[in-house]
Amino acid sequence: MQKTITICPGCELKSISQGVAIASEFDTLLIKKGTYKEFNIRIDKPLTLLGENYPVIDGEDQGEIIRIVSDNVTIDGLFIINVGTSYTTDYAAIRVVKSENFLIQNVVLEKLFFGIYLEKSNNGKVYNNKIIGDAVDEYNSGNGIQLWYSHNVEVDRNIVQGVRDGIYLEFSDKVIINNNSSTNNLRFGLHFMFSNDDVYTNNTFENNGAGVAVMFSKRIKMIGNIFRKNWGTAAFGMLLKEINDAEISGNTFEENTIGINIEGSNRILYKNNDFIKNGWAVKVLGACYANTFTQNNFLYNSFDISYNSRLNDNVFNQNYWSDYTGYDLDKNGVGDVPYRPVKLFSYIVNKTPETIVLLRSLFMDIIDFSEKVSPVFTPDNLLDANPLMKQAL
Amino acid sequence: MLKILKYSFYDLIRSRWSYVYFLFYLILGFVLLFLNNDVSKAVITLMNIIIILVPLIGTIFGVMYFYNSKEFTELLLAQPIKRSSIFLGQYLGVAGSLTMSLVLGLGIPFVLYGLFKSNAIFDFTLLLVTGAFLTMIFTALSFNIALSNENKIKGFGYAVLLWLFLAVIYDGLFLMSLIIFKEYPLDSFSLVASMFNPIDLSRTLILLKLDISALLGYTGAVFKKFFGTNQGLILSIFMLILWTILPIWRLVYTSKKKDF
Amino acid sequence: MIQVENLYKKFGKNEVLKGLDLNIDKGGIFAVLGPNGSGKTTLIKSILGMVVSNKGSIAVSGISIKKKWKYRQEIGYLPQIANFPGNLKVKELIRMIKDLRQMPSEEKKLIELFQLEPFLDKKLSTLSGGTKQKVNIVLAFMFDCPLLILDEPTTGLDPASLINLKELIQKEKAKGKTILITSHIMQFVAEVADEIVYLLEGKIYFKGSIEQLKTKTNQTDLEHAIAAIASTPAHA
Repeated sequence: MQKTITICPGCELKSISQGVAIASEFDTLLIKKGTYKEFNIRIDKPLTLLGENYPVIDGEDQGEIIRIVSDNVTIDGLFIINVGTSYTTDYAAIRVVKSENFLIQNVVLEKLFFGIYLEKSNNGKVYNNKIIGDAVDEYNSGNGIQLWYSHNVEVDRNIVQGVRDGIYLEFSDKVIINNNSSTNNLRFGLHFMFSNDDVYTNNTFENNGAGVAVMFSKRIKMIGNIFRKNWGTAAFGMLLKEINDAEISGNTFEENTIGINIEGSNRILYKNNDFIKNGWAVKVLGACYANTFTQNNFLYNSFDISYNSRLNDNVFNQNYWSDYTGYDLDKNGVGDVPYRPVKLFSYIVNKTPETIVLLRSLFMDIIDFSEKVSPVFTPDNLLDANPLMKQAL
Repeated sequence: MLKILKYSFYDLIRSRWSYVYFLFYLILGFVLLFLNNDVSKAVITLMNIIIILVPLIGTIFGVMYFYNSKEFTELLLAQPIKRSSIFLGQYLGVAGSLTMSLVLGLGIPFVLYGLFKSNAIFDFTLLLVTGAFLTMIFTALSFNIALSNENKIKGFGYAVLLWLFLAVIYDGLFLMSLIIFKEYPLDSFSLVASMFNPIDLSRTLILLKLDISALLGYTGAVFKKFFGTNQGLILSIFMLILWTILPIWRLVYTSKKKDF
Repeated sequence: MIQVENLYKKFGKNEVLKGLDLNIDKGGIFAVLGPNGSGKTTLIKSILGMVVSNKGSIAVSGISIKKKWKYRQEIGYLPQIANFPGNLKVKELIRMIKDLRQMPSEEKKLIELFQLEPFLDKKLSTLSGGTKQKVNIVLAFMFDCPLLILDEPTTGLDPASLINLKELIQKEKAKGKTILITSHIMQFVAEVADEIVYLLEGKIYFKGSIEQLKTKTNQTDLEHAIAAIASTPAHA
């Protein structure tokens, strides 16, 4: 029979570790409000740890706080602080090791090193947690939510800020990441490495070192996310590196230094995205083949597209470009003259970055115009033959 | 001085050209806003117009007014009025009426469009302030040219040349030197070079608002400090003020030594 | 009234005034004469402060005029070429000058005298040369200034107006004013001037009454006297 075991500072049972020790499988530990100075709590049987009014578990910087090594464990409503920092061990507030069907929800983490660390653990859920770090340097900070060899996990409605990577996936497939907000992180809001068939939708990535880095992964779906204010040198809303067969649609990239930075990525569909007031909406480096950009809105970016080579194998069709100055005499909603999204100036800035101070000068406009008329430095087949006259919905 | 200012101002307010200038901006403002319905795009187009057209108009108008009001000036010189008052008054009259045409011409359509509710208000105000500065600077520069050249055609030529140089040629030389010396650290140089041209300076000021995302992509520490903090804004505005004061000072200085 | 000492002025390489000394007492009509390019207008403009001298000093009513402008309150000036802002009306011009000087003025009498009423609402650019000159005269005479400087006042005037002008000058003289006139019309000079100041090559060549000039040059009429003066050796 399942039973509920109550733990509180004034009770007979004062410690969570003790509670775990005396509990039977599938029991619930009800942890009442109070402060519990504990670390290395090892949960080795299916249990529910339920906090009432956010009891505080203070690790006093000693090391890891909760380690789950059993299937079917639920952690709910805890406030965990002071995870130990180490240069050799990745201490986490909650670590799940080789376990399935876990549920971690409504947890608040502060003063942490790593937050929630899933290690070879599949089929779990990480819901509605709040992870607030105070990371200053990349080398001695950890990630908010980390998945390592963990498949079929749902990460939903979490708020992560002030850590190294907000959410980090390595060798983790079929993960669904929805409705999270990952902001003010040192490195990336969301980071994929060698992970395939993942989906992330409706997340917000704002003011991170860089928004989302997707690297060496296949078939990732990125839908309806917002990437904002990722400012700085080599800062971007999204970085794609060696990514194939992805879908990027309905996202908003606003006020990033680079909206999307693409390197060696092929067969990606970019559709219905809004690129608003970015430094570079899309920066293409290295060989990228068979990508399609359609129905996107490019609005008031300093540069719409930047290429570093004269080759182009990507298709731009039926996008809206706010810089387009053509006309639509037959009134079919499509401009009668093609739009060239790559300016000569973006090429010059790539070569000599200081020239950026000449942005929007009459001289550059004249040069850009002459390049537009007869392309010498920019790919001459790179054009949107059907630029839209009105913004795509 | 205020009296001279008053007469110059009234004289200009009644002139056809002030109306043309005012109407041009008024129509431009309406067309940009009501045909396009896109404030952000309107602000960008306006920026291009302001940093090119405003200096040109200021220059040409300034030279024209100076030569055309030669009689007026001579009449005033025999009156018990300080010389500096005469020229400052005339200068402020021209710069003031041009600025007014600009601010009202663009301001009216934007206010009617409901700008105060839009968050583009800051960008737009910055545009107008920059436009006002450019008007003051280029009118002062053109007055200097006219004062130093008795020959109308010559003065006119120099004035247009000055505009052409600052609006286009300067940036061409600037770009060339950046490309030629790209092996060296150039961020300080490029910022300083921008400061020496009021058009570039105004452009920088506007870039700070419109293209901050792109500007922050550059690695240099000096750039970062300049564009990333308020330092850039403060320094640019300070330099614009300097650019306004220096030609006015020279105007007063040379006018005191000149024979009529 | 006016003391000019050792005045030098160069325009580029062209030295116009070369150490000019001149003392003009209060009261009376002084005609400043001399061949073209002798520096008459430069001298007048120097006194007005429109031309800045290279060397020397000028004092009006005993006060040096250098870097000053208030003394021009005491001067009524009639410029040689009546250039006015063309888009102003006559009325507005008069009102403006009154506003600028802030002195009591009697323009009404003068307008009546020169029959300018029909032109008051006309723009200055539409006026004939003679009418402009009348407006010019009104502006110079409408204030009560102790010093009047008239540069070619007769230009373009019809006989009736010329008579009016002469009467006006005499009237001002009667009030004890000092009047400086340049003119090429010797008949006019002979009629009005008390004293002649003759400029040659940037210096005062002769200063004295018409009678003295005639005696000096052994001529009976002013025109010939003036023509002869330049060829006579320097006066003693």
